[in-house]
Amino acid sequence: MKRHLRFKFVFILVVILVGIYGIIGLPRSKDQLVENWHKNIRLGLDLRGGTYLVLQVQQQDAFNAEAGTASERLKDALGKAAVPYSDIEVAEAKSLDDAKNAAILVKGVPSTQAGSFRSVVTEQFGQWLLAPLNVTDYRLTMKPSEALTLWGRVLAQTKNTIDKKINALGLSEATVQQRREDIDSQLLVQMPGVDDPGRVKQIIQTAAVLDLYDVRGGPYASREEALAQNNGVLPPGTRLIGNSSPDPNTRGGGVYLVSRTPIVRGPDIRDARPQQGDLPAAWDTGFVLSQDAAKRFATYTGSHVGQRLAIVLDGKVLSAPRIENQISDTGRITGARTQEEASDLALNLRAGSLPASVVYLQENTVGPSLGADSIREGFIAGIAGVLAVILVMLIYYKKSGVNATLALILNAIILIACLSYFEAVLTLPGIAGIILTIGMAVDSNVLIFERIREEVRAGKTPLPAVDTGFNKALLTIIDTHVTTIVSCAILFLFGSGPVKGFAVTLVIGLAANVFTAVFVSKAIFDWELTRPRPVTALSI
Amino acid sequence: MEIFKQTNFDFLGKKWPFIILSLVLTAAGLVSLAVKGGPKYGIDFNGGALMDVNFIKRPPAEAIRSALRQKISGEIEVQEVSNSQEALISTDVRDERALQVVRADMISTLNSAFNPQSGSKLDMNTAGQAALTDHLRDAFQKASIAMSDDQLTALVKRITDYRDTPPRSGLIRNLDELSNVAGVTPNILNVIKQECWAGNFTIRNVEIVGPKIGADLRQQAINVVLIALGAMLIYIAFRFEWIYGVAAVIAVFHDTIITIGLFSIFNKQIDLTVIAALLTLVGYSMNDTIVTFDRIRENLRLQRRGSFTEIVNTSINQTLSRTILTSGLTFLTALSLYLFGGQVLNGFSFALVIGIIIGTYSSIFIASPILIFWQDLAESRKRKRRTAVIDSRSRGVAKTAK
Repeated sequence: MKRHLRFKFVFILVVILVGIYGIIGLPRSKDQLVENWHKNIRLGLDLRGGTYLVLQVQQQDAFNAEAGTASERLKDALGKAAVPYSDIEVAEAKSLDDAKNAAILVKGVPSTQAGSFRSVVTEQFGQWLLAPLNVTDYRLTMKPSEALTLWGRVLAQTKNTIDKKINALGLSEATVQQRREDIDSQLLVQMPGVDDPGRVKQIIQTAAVLDLYDVRGGPYASREEALAQNNGVLPPGTRLIGNSSPDPNTRGGGVYLVSRTPIVRGPDIRDARPQQGDLPAAWDTGFVLSQDAAKRFATYTGSHVGQRLAIVLDGKVLSAPRIENQISDTGRITGARTQEEASDLALNLRAGSLPASVVYLQENTVGPSLGADSIREGFIAGIAGVLAVILVMLIYYKKSGVNATLALILNAIILIACLSYFEAVLTLPGIAGIILTIGMAVDSNVLIFERIREEVRAGKTPLPAVDTGFNKALLTIIDTHVTTIVSCAILFLFGSGPVKGFAVTLVIGLAANVFTAVFVSKAIFDWELTRPRPVTALSI
Repeated sequence: MEIFKQTNFDFLGKKWPFIILSLVLTAAGLVSLAVKGGPKYGIDFNGGALMDVNFIKRPPAEAIRSALRQKISGEIEVQEVSNSQEALISTDVRDERALQVVRADMISTLNSAFNPQSGSKLDMNTAGQAALTDHLRDAFQKASIAMSDDQLTALVKRITDYRDTPPRSGLIRNLDELSNVAGVTPNILNVIKQECWAGNFTIRNVEIVGPKIGADLRQQAINVVLIALGAMLIYIAFRFEWIYGVAAVIAVFHDTIITIGLFSIFNKQIDLTVIAALLTLVGYSMNDTIVTFDRIRENLRLQRRGSFTEIVNTSINQTLSRTILTSGLTFLTALSLYLFGGQVLNGFSFALVIGIIIGTYSSIFIASPILIFWQDLAESRKRKRRTAVIDSRSRGVAKTAK
């Protein structure tokens, strides 16, 4: 009996030491203690300040682009196979829910050629499903399995690109993740310490798609003029690009007639850096092309000396310089107003563009002053709550109240240590969870003490009264704790954000409570009751 | 000390006044909800923008409202936080596109209305760390104060940390205060005073939620509550009998409805933290009910004499001391949270404070009567079946007699 008890106390001591080590480590000085505390107790965005953004990936962009590329390929393939058609167009998806329905419409394939048309599609467009609309028209939609792959790829690529962009800004603690497992189009970006999300949002949103196009005509003052100059119809394989502007000589002004497909595209860029421009205090962004693209570019520029090349960033013509000699793999974009602008552009060119645009659904910025106040208020509320509880317990249960108080303090140590060991993040609702744990932790003690009192009233001597009291209360304690843990588990699984943080602390607190209220408290009672000088009356 | 020694109150004999009180409270809440067109959701459920602005001296709510109305078309609500100079300004955001501009619009209008000083000086109280660093870098260079980039970043961090810790809570009233910050020499302070000024407010929190995600979160919250209730019902049905599970769930459902009703009556918003509080209440009330049920089960096993009603009543009395003490202590912690927990947790702690009271009383006056009601029903059915059996038998006898 005695040895058994000693073993129990050694175990409790070990738990306390491991707990304290988890919270403050092994500090050698006061500063180190504070430092370890801050390192081990990770504060959530709501307490330390920061920004989080929820954004939705507009998947339909990627699906429309995919359909667009496929439709161009289809035109080539049909041309090669000598299958006539009157028109091929893309039926674009208009909304996110509709994304997977982006389709290619093929019109006017003569019924006599239906066989060869089908064989072209089945041989070369395995990812697409062919459905006839009538005798001459067809509709191609993406196969469900292919659509699923594309969807996943777009999401992953968007996530990586945003991650690269915010990391390049020096926000090393920032994270990007899917907001919820079951919603596969929303991303959550968390940026601790960021007090102004403006620049970050700008950078995420800037697509920075750099395209270099072969200029076939222009510049024109407006789209209308461009059309008029070309007899009202654009030559095949061309498109108009640029802004209508009264003066085509201004920067970014003028409409150009360019090749439909660019010579060099965004993903062809291998590296980009800000660099000092020719003029003093001017900044440029230099870029280097990948090997493959460099070869293509060299061939093109070699055979087009004297002609114009349009540098297009995000659909806007930056400039259309004349090609003076063969260029292979480097180029630069001039005209940044500040160093920051040049390096932001370089950053965006490096990180690449998002495969689809994003829309912000939620934005939350907690100023650090609010976080600091919340910590202070939560702390005060916690201390006030604990003191009130301890006071009542001491008055109501006298010496046994000391027992309960020790259990309560140990409960708090275990709870905070667990948060530290599990690397859980402490949020404001989390603090509320801790304070509530205190209230509910007392319940176990009260249940046990009331049971012991009943046994004493029934005429039992202290030792059996305590034993029976604990045994009888145990069943109830387990029932109540399991029910609350069940509801917390549901909160954790299906809840989000603040609700989750609350559930985590409450579950840990309750689990620790079973240990402290049942195991530790019983050990203290046993120690008191088995001392050489036997106790004849319980102080309860 | 003991408050309740062996009590023997006849709780169940007096159940009707309490059940009627419950019905009245529920009805009042439902009427309020009906009149106001559903619960008043916070912006995380409804979509909208909420800005927490701390003023040095708060202008009247009407002044803030009218200033903002010039630029923002939606409904604008200004709520004054008691015991401080803070104001919570909210407006609705009808679609995702408005999300992009509403923040900038609100800040610029507030600036032009309440921060009259113009010019190139930077407002120390609204500036972020990055903006302050950029602004001071050139100024220090001009004043030929040598400082590396790392030193500058560290200095700015110390300044903003000083600004953001209580009791300043984000507001510097007078730039001379900054001389308290380590590393701010008179020289540096002079430059700061030339380049910056202390504005009249600081923005402590900005929360903008698009309507899409609001609806999503709302649905999610309702689902979570329902799933949690279902899971508890299953657990209790498994541990006791299914009618105990039903009784417990009806009791906590009653608590939830009354709490939501009271939120509507007091015109308080329901947001995500309130949902967390409601779930805590569900857990707490369930806790309370289970303790009573546990006792009932134990007493039934002991085969005490007396009717089922008497056993239930005895059980309630036996656990009364514990019920009052635990509720009292939990109430104390919730109350300290309500009094000292600050403005962010206000809704949360309000829900707890009222919920603990209702949760405690529902296990006595709602959950237990349901058990008795069911027992009575079962017994009367049994009796009826018995009389039915007797009937058929007597008829049988009559037949043979013929």
